[in-house]
Amino acid sequence: MVASPVESEVKEVVQQAIEKHGKSPDALIPVLSEINRALGYVPAEAIREVKRQIHNPAERTFAAESQLYGLVSFYDMLSTQPRGRHVIKFCENAPCHVVGGKAIWDALRETLQLKNGETTPDKKWTLVTTSCIGLCSVGPVLLVDDDMYGNVTVEQIPDILERYE
Amino acid sequence: MAFYRSHVLVCVDPECLAKGAHDVVDAMQDELVAQGLLDEIQVLETSRIGGCSDGPEMMVYPEGVHYVGMTADDIPYLVEEHFLKGRIVEKFREVTKVVVDEELGPLRPKEVRVVLRNCGEIDPMNIEDYLAVDGYQALGKVIGGMTPEQVIDEVTKSGLRGRGGAGFPAGRKWGLTRQVEDSPKYMVCNADEGDPGAFMNRRVLEGDPHSVIEGMIIGAYATGASFGYIYCRAEYPLAVETLNLALTQAREFGFLGKNILGTDFNFDLEVRVGAGAFVCGEETALMASIMGMRGEPRPRPPFPSVQGVWGKPTNNNNVETYANVPQIILNGADWYASMGTERSKGTKTFAVGGNVAKPGLIEVPMGITLREIIFDVAGGIKDGRQFKAVQTGGPMGGCLTEKHLDLPLDYEALSQAGSMMGSGGLVVMDENSCMVDIARFFMDFTQAESCGKCVPCRIGTRRILELLQKMCDGKGQPGDIEKLEELCHEVAKNSLCGLGQGAPNPVLSTLAHFRHEYEAHVYEKRCPAKVCRPLIRYEIEESCTGCMVCARNCPVEAISGERRQQHVIDQNICIRCGICMQVCNFNSVAVES
Ligand SMILES: Cc1cc2nc3c(=O)[nH]c(=O)nc-3n(C[C@H](O)[C@H](O)[C@H](O)COP(=O)(O)O)c2cc1C
Ligand code: SF4
Ligand code: SF4
Ligand code: FES
Ligand code: FES
Repeated sequence: MVASPVESEVKEVVQQAIEKHGKSPDALIPVLSEINRALGYVPAEAIREVKRQIHNPAERTFAAESQLYGLVSFYDMLSTQPRGRHVIKFCENAPCHVVGGKAIWDALRETLQLKNGETTPDKKWTLVTTSCIGLCSVGPVLLVDDDMYGNVTVEQIPDILERYE
Repeated sequence: MAFYRSHVLVCVDPECLAKGAHDVVDAMQDELVAQGLLDEIQVLETSRIGGCSDGPEMMVYPEGVHYVGMTADDIPYLVEEHFLKGRIVEKFREVTKVVVDEELGPLRPKEVRVVLRNCGEIDPMNIEDYLAVDGYQALGKVIGGMTPEQVIDEVTKSGLRGRGGAGFPAGRKWGLTRQVEDSPKYMVCNADEGDPGAFMNRRVLEGDPHSVIEGMIIGAYATGASFGYIYCRAEYPLAVETLNLALTQAREFGFLGKNILGTDFNFDLEVRVGAGAFVCGEETALMASIMGMRGEPRPRPPFPSVQGVWGKPTNNNNVETYANVPQIILNGADWYASMGTERSKGTKTFAVGGNVAKPGLIEVPMGITLREIIFDVAGGIKDGRQFKAVQTGGPMGGCLTEKHLDLPLDYEALSQAGSMMGSGGLVVMDENSCMVDIARFFMDFTQAESCGKCVPCRIGTRRILELLQKMCDGKGQPGDIEKLEELCHEVAKNSLCGLGQGAPNPVLSTLAHFRHEYEAHVYEKRCPAKVCRPLIRYEIEESCTGCMVCARNCPVEAISGERRQQHVIDQNICIRCGICMQVCNFNSVAVES
């Protein structure tokens, strides 16, 4: 996920995603999500490759690059930028805010020296905000990759971060 | 009585069982026998220890160590390390994690569970559990002896209204889709639950997926639909997994697919996963997203019941709306209509969050008051503080106050009070919340989630946010409050979809009930709740013992003073981080505004 993925890897990932979800118009979001999961983001090469593999007017399958960019830029979970090895998603919504979210957010930015959306120079961490993930009864809440942490306190932050390589 | 030096609690809830909790319990017993520890250590089975995603989960007391993710093979090592050598096994240790048992505990006072009745009671991963609690009986009743019109009549008579926000009568919506002469027809389930503070739908999908599926099949029979989609947000991976498994099992049992229950009725369902866009909860945006496009709303009419997915008649309902249906068919419309108010029947699930003592998920009859919900069901305000406001209806809803606490909750009562039912998130705020700050927070959300298709919403929400930010920063000017109001009305009036139309609500409702707080920010440069940082000051009071703890901890060295002398804060240096207040053991740091 760190360096730009090699061309053959992109090709392979795209091919697998298309095999799994098909080439119909409604497969585009699942295909892009799959690529995003595998590579950590959707690089420009992957968009070109999706178009190359799907777009075939003779078979009535269509995919324009602009349309694919349109999707990647619209949906929050699809990213055009490479991300760190671990992505921290912090819930920034009001229910978490009123139970102490602000202090956690400040502490995260302070500890990692990152602003929203940034990645550390060593490519270990990316810090982003997310909207509510439905765990509000245990707010403040954050996700590290797919791990959920609830009732987070400022003191716990170093412990949580330490668990990731 | 035997005295055990340790108790080992192993979670045997469905999630953990699916990951081999029984094997772990057995291995634990065997190993304790083998090590001769059986008299010292007791193994107990329990439920819901943690977040349920990394099971099996285990707690060891008295240490209170939380272990997760071990298999039966790991047990001998774990027993040796922990119980013989007394070393905690870090590899399986869970440091902090989500504790969801508060989310839906035992029935609380005044609760009536219809939609949530099976959650936590049955194994959602096993269709036979659902069958054992009369699952798919309503479907049998419908297919075996009711015409589609009779089904629609029954649902209409029950008074069931859409639980996704607007409260459109479900039976009438089904009737509209049935009327349209076009095929194929589609069923859609809106499982995009994006309102901050709302997680009712997630719990139903994770805890009782078949009730939603059964409701959809019954709806398909009534409307004449042959295919359907459940559009679930990607933030709910467990719900997606549970749904997919449930669909497979329903197909195996002949409830989905061709010739359902041996008749000529065909219907199948597919789960569609979102990709992170709040506006996709709006039904036309949702359908665009299902079809592989950007989730941008379009004007209605045509309504989905005429032109929905793939341009065909489509019935869209919320998760909770569908989950009510099997119960209505089984117990009858009259039973359902016996609960609730004149115009809003049945029960409603709410996610109560914010500053309450017992946050979590509840289900109560319509017509209950906010006071009963906040004080009787959710245990009142946390830490004995004062109630200040409650936001209902999510980011497009409004803030209600003390004087609304005795309002019987239904769709109309809430809109008359300037808020709305929405999907059922309740964010309770205590005296320490600043209403300008809260309005800014909601605006920040809607501004970021505006799809950008129409100008009033795209630009308007941004301008509103800027004005609010200015006020919170202490830079508000005379006239700003009036400007804010005007902007809010314009955005509400001219936006295309419910997002833009509802976005100003949190601002308008806080303006209506807490105008003095806005005025304090603008005219007096004061934040009465002492929240907005540029407007507050930390001061050290006379009770200061001169311990110097605050001075050592201040990140910018703003505190000076001799040992055993009262310290002072240099307001020009202070960045208002509040650390001094947290570290002071003598309560000598006060915040002023
Ligand atoms: C911005 C926006 C977000 C919405 N989000 C949801 C949602 O998350 N879930 C939902 O069921 N309805 C949501 N709705 C309402 C839907 O458009 C639609 O009215 C509802 O799904 C209809 O189902 P019902 O009749 O069963 O309530 C949203 C509406 C708007 C304008
Ligand atoms: S009101 Fe806002 S979210 Fe709705 S269509 Fe317009 S820009 Fe998009
Ligand atoms: S609020 Fe923070 S910066 Fe200001 S005096 Fe206290 S510790 Fe120092
Ligand atoms: S508001 Fe933070 S998880 Fe819901
Ligand atoms: S008296 Fe020094 S920290 Fe409070």
